[in-house]
Amino acid sequence: MAERSFKAEIERLKLGEGETFHGEGILAVTKALLESGVAYVGGYQGSPISHLMDVFSDASELMAGLGVHFESSASEATAAAMLAASVNYPLRGAVAWKSVVGTNVASDALSNVASGGVTGGALIILGEDYGEGSSIMQERTHAFAMKSQMWLLDPRPSLPVIVDMVQKGFELSEASNTPVMLELRVRACHVTGSFTARDNRRPPLTVAEAADAPVRDTDRIVLPPANFLHEVEKIEKRWPAGIDFIRRNALNEHFGTEDDDIGIIVQGGIFNSLNRGLELLDLSDAYGNASLPIYVLNVTYPLIPDEVRDFCAGKRAVLVVEEGQPEFIEHELNTLIRRAGLDTTVCGKDVLPRAGEYTADAIREGVSKFLRQHAPGRAPAAQSAPPPALSPASVPQRPAGFCTGCPERPIFSAMKLVQKEIGELHVSADIGCHLFSILPPFHIGNTTMGYGLGTAGASAFKPEGKRAVAIMGDGGFWHNGLTSGIGNAVFNQDDNLTIIVDNGYSAATGGQDILSSRAKPPHRKTNNPIERAVRGVGIAWARTRTRTYDVAGMRDTIREALTSPEKGPKVLIAQSECQLNRQRRLKPQIARALKSGQRVVRERFGVDPDTCTGDHSCIRLSGCPSLSIRTNPDPLRQDPVAHVENSCVGCGVCGEVSHAAILCPSFYKARIISNPSRGDRIRHRMRQWVIGFLQRHDERKLAARAF
Amino acid sequence: MTGRERITIAVLGLGGQGGGVLANWIVQLAEACGYIAQGTSVPGVAQRTGATVYYVEMIPADTADAPVLALMPVPGDVDIVVASELMEAGRAILRGFVSKDTLLIGSTHRVYAISEKTAMGDGRASNDRILAAAQERAGRFIGFDMESTADANGSVISSIMFGALAGSGGLPFQREAFENAIRAGGKAIDANLRGFAAGFDAAQGKLDAAETSDTERPEPTSEAGRALAQRIERALPQEAHAFAFEGVRRLIDYQDRRYAELYLDRLEALAGTGEFVAEAARHLALWMSYEDTIRVAALKIRRSRFARVREEVKAQDDQIVQLTEYLHPRLEEICETLPAAIGRRVLASKRMQRLLKPLFAKGRHVETTSLRWFLALQALAGWRRWRRGTLRYAIEQARIEDWLALVRAAEPASALELVKCQRLIKGYGDTFERGLRSFGLIVDRYRQGGIDAAGIARLREAALADEDGKALAAALAA
Repeated sequence: MAERSFKAEIERLKLGEGETFHGEGILAVTKALLESGVAYVGGYQGSPISHLMDVFSDASELMAGLGVHFESSASEATAAAMLAASVNYPLRGAVAWKSVVGTNVASDALSNVASGGVTGGALIILGEDYGEGSSIMQERTHAFAMKSQMWLLDPRPSLPVIVDMVQKGFELSEASNTPVMLELRVRACHVTGSFTARDNRRPPLTVAEAADAPVRDTDRIVLPPANFLHEVEKIEKRWPAGIDFIRRNALNEHFGTEDDDIGIIVQGGIFNSLNRGLELLDLSDAYGNASLPIYVLNVTYPLIPDEVRDFCAGKRAVLVVEEGQPEFIEHELNTLIRRAGLDTTVCGKDVLPRAGEYTADAIREGVSKFLRQHAPGRAPAAQSAPPPALSPASVPQRPAGFCTGCPERPIFSAMKLVQKEIGELHVSADIGCHLFSILPPFHIGNTTMGYGLGTAGASAFKPEGKRAVAIMGDGGFWHNGLTSGIGNAVFNQDDNLTIIVDNGYSAATGGQDILSSRAKPPHRKTNNPIERAVRGVGIAWARTRTRTYDVAGMRDTIREALTSPEKGPKVLIAQSECQLNRQRRLKPQIARALKSGQRVVRERFGVDPDTCTGDHSCIRLSGCPSLSIRTNPDPLRQDPVAHVENSCVGCGVCGEVSHAAILCPSFYKARIISNPSRGDRIRHRMRQWVIGFLQRHDERKLAARAF
Repeated sequence: MTGRERITIAVLGLGGQGGGVLANWIVQLAEACGYIAQGTSVPGVAQRTGATVYYVEMIPADTADAPVLALMPVPGDVDIVVASELMEAGRAILRGFVSKDTLLIGSTHRVYAISEKTAMGDGRASNDRILAAAQERAGRFIGFDMESTADANGSVISSIMFGALAGSGGLPFQREAFENAIRAGGKAIDANLRGFAAGFDAAQGKLDAAETSDTERPEPTSEAGRALAQRIERALPQEAHAFAFEGVRRLIDYQDRRYAELYLDRLEALAGTGEFVAEAARHLALWMSYEDTIRVAALKIRRSRFARVREEVKAQDDQIVQLTEYLHPRLEEICETLPAAIGRRVLASKRMQRLLKPLFAKGRHVETTSLRWFLALQALAGWRRWRRGTLRYAIEQARIEDWLALVRAAEPASALELVKCQRLIKGYGDTFERGLRSFGLIVDRYRQGGIDAAGIARLREAALADEDGKALAAALAA
């Protein structure tokens, strides 16, 4: 079950010709696919494209009704390889993932499909995870487009443009026999807006019909001599065809005035930021009516030489607003201008930041510099920024962390306790929520090499004394870790420990189901235990702990794995359900039970402020968001006391940690029984009678000797 | 270029606070009122307790042209900032979103960041600095504790923020239009409307700010208490009275009148400035009320504590609350509760240790609300009568006397710092031993000579810098 349900929004995907669609960017993309007569859809989740996969998934019935095949691919490589269906058949197909990491994973299949070329339109929808909120290395998908020669669309973040580019993208792909990438920046995926819908179209040919009538053309397979022909074909046939289509259909746009001796060339995806920057310089308005010419590249690869020539002719200088580095577009513009025999100066990274997100503020700065150099009359007066009201140190950082009640936290609490006994460990971390272990308060994890690659990242460590530890998430395990990590460790006779975090979902990407999920969704086969898989590839030492919240038990098993005389790779599967998903699952059930008068027990933890001395060891070992601090109610003590907020879900880790680490007697667990049974009430009344009597007696005695 | 009709709103909050819900309400509201509105966000990792920004732009829909709206707030170009927590308001100021034309609506409550929570002492950021910057930088600042307003109205913070936005008059829409947006959302309508109304009133200054009352000096209730109070007023400087009253109240509760008198005897023997005696009154009371098993048991079974827990877990009258304590007395703690001679012998004997240790290797889940455990804890609390005979009593009193002797002999400035070093000694088990070790290291360094008051203060700060004592070791080596 995914983090967010789009069941309600899916209704909007059924809108027909002329109706107005309101919604988020990713929903618009889905609608555009259905309007384009797509035959199959696949992909792998990951921010910022996770919700797109969730939309697909929630819309799978609708898609099936239209004869569209949808599947959640095992990895981006799987998704990219799916595009094979468009090689020989006029099938339109779309796949989606997070770039650039997903594109890395997919690159083998991408190179193959780009080399052989496609018959049906092949569209790759990429969530470009760049800039604020990004969780990955900052690289450009543009490089992939160039090296494999696939066309790259970077539409203006406006729903009608995005929708149009999806539909034109398929046509471009077919006209040039080339897969097309559609890049959506983080905010564009979630931007709200509206566009005029068209009817959904059934694919003219379905995947089932294609399978019934196989077509074989060895010229489309990457094997000598066809691979050499592909290279020539890319240059001589597909590239000119692509250029021609883009020009004829005017995929790139012009804004602002026509004649000027300066101009701006911008990637479509950051046009809105540019316009806002210009507006703040009084060079444009809220509708994009700029007072200088702007050439908007909704297609950032390939560039169209004639369009570039026409735009630059007669201009002394143009500014290229191109986010990320290296500045591929700027390089190529220089070449094109040279070849066209023009004398236009190309500015770009010399006035704009070399790295980092191009916010409207950064662009405003860059444009100002450009104007000062090439049109001083239009440059704004230099303004000095007001001195900062606050120093950065006065506002504490909020690094992401494990959720309240997260079952992964106790694994790292246990590791911290083991480190106290046997010293620091080398920990090869994986991608996923568990990577938060590298942050405070855990400080665990030395490197991370990619999704599912925790174990592989430890493979060079051949311990003689202390074993290295690798972390792997269940999502990463099924993505590739079973082979790249576990199989490799067996084959090469590693002696390290791999801890597989089995929380039942691909949790970091929004709680999608995976092979080992305990849920039983329709149309999928789940409940395939990880332990069986690792034993299947030859792991002899495998343990499954079914309750990670048992900190002492986790600590003992980790210690055993690290100190056991037995050689060979060891796998500890740490199982407990992702709390975010669990709460989402349980909350409605509990609300229903409470309403119908059933007995419900809620557990939560608390801290007694009169025994807590404010050292916060418990927080350093657990770090739960619900475990916070508050002003010490004791007038003598100065340090704030620990405090459990009402958001506590009663997972028990703070109590277990204080037991395992022998911290302090301040933690208590409260069981709050709603709609108590008759037995509960009788027992409670008897206890109350005796305990209440004794407490009143104690109170009187205390009062007698009181101050 | 045309005039600026666009309205830009940034919502800064933490994952899980409903910032997305609020942004959706604002978009709905604007669209229903004839505007073109656009909302964006950066979900993902930020949802996992990180800070996040939602951004909404709106513009009247009275031309046929499609507006070009920005996807993120631009410093100096944000009309309204709504922050769901005080440091997030601070972050908005830090990022330049708050300018002279900005209406800043912020909650003044705190959700502490991990760096603030993990500090060994008090690592909290300064609220005053943020509040001052908000007053100084924003065109208008509406700030109140939205969390307690939400709690008081059984609602959520997003509806309070929406109400405050309406009440602020910052948007050109009627109150009803706001309420309709909540109704159109279709979820928890009643609770949201309740929160909305409270937020609306608070933004218009109709709710009284919660009064902060200083902790009052305890008043004596018994003959013994009055005698002790008179003694304090007679013998101690004015500045020390508040702490000394609290100290006496606590120690009489902890042990008995005689123990409280011992406290005053010790205090009176420490002559010095008012500040010095006040700090001594604070730290001596804390040390003398060291938390042994007897004290913990006594505190756990009080009726007032049971009531406090019920309130804290928000139990309704018809709900039953059962309490389980996570106690882990080690053999050391058990021996320290025994008569000194016996306790010492057990701790000195390897054989006894080997025999007994396994019995105390595991933590206990003690259900205080069950009869069996209640009686056991009550018996332990009753051991107070024999506390003076326990091993722990002997150890702690010797430590206290050593410390006081050192303080008495020190020059005034160092004496004050030495008194304050008691702050390091807190907690239980390993935590307690770590603090005691740090304290010991500082005292040893002081005894070697050549260190002034500022030096002692520096060492104390270093001892609170990290758990492993690295900073303290470095400071001692310097």
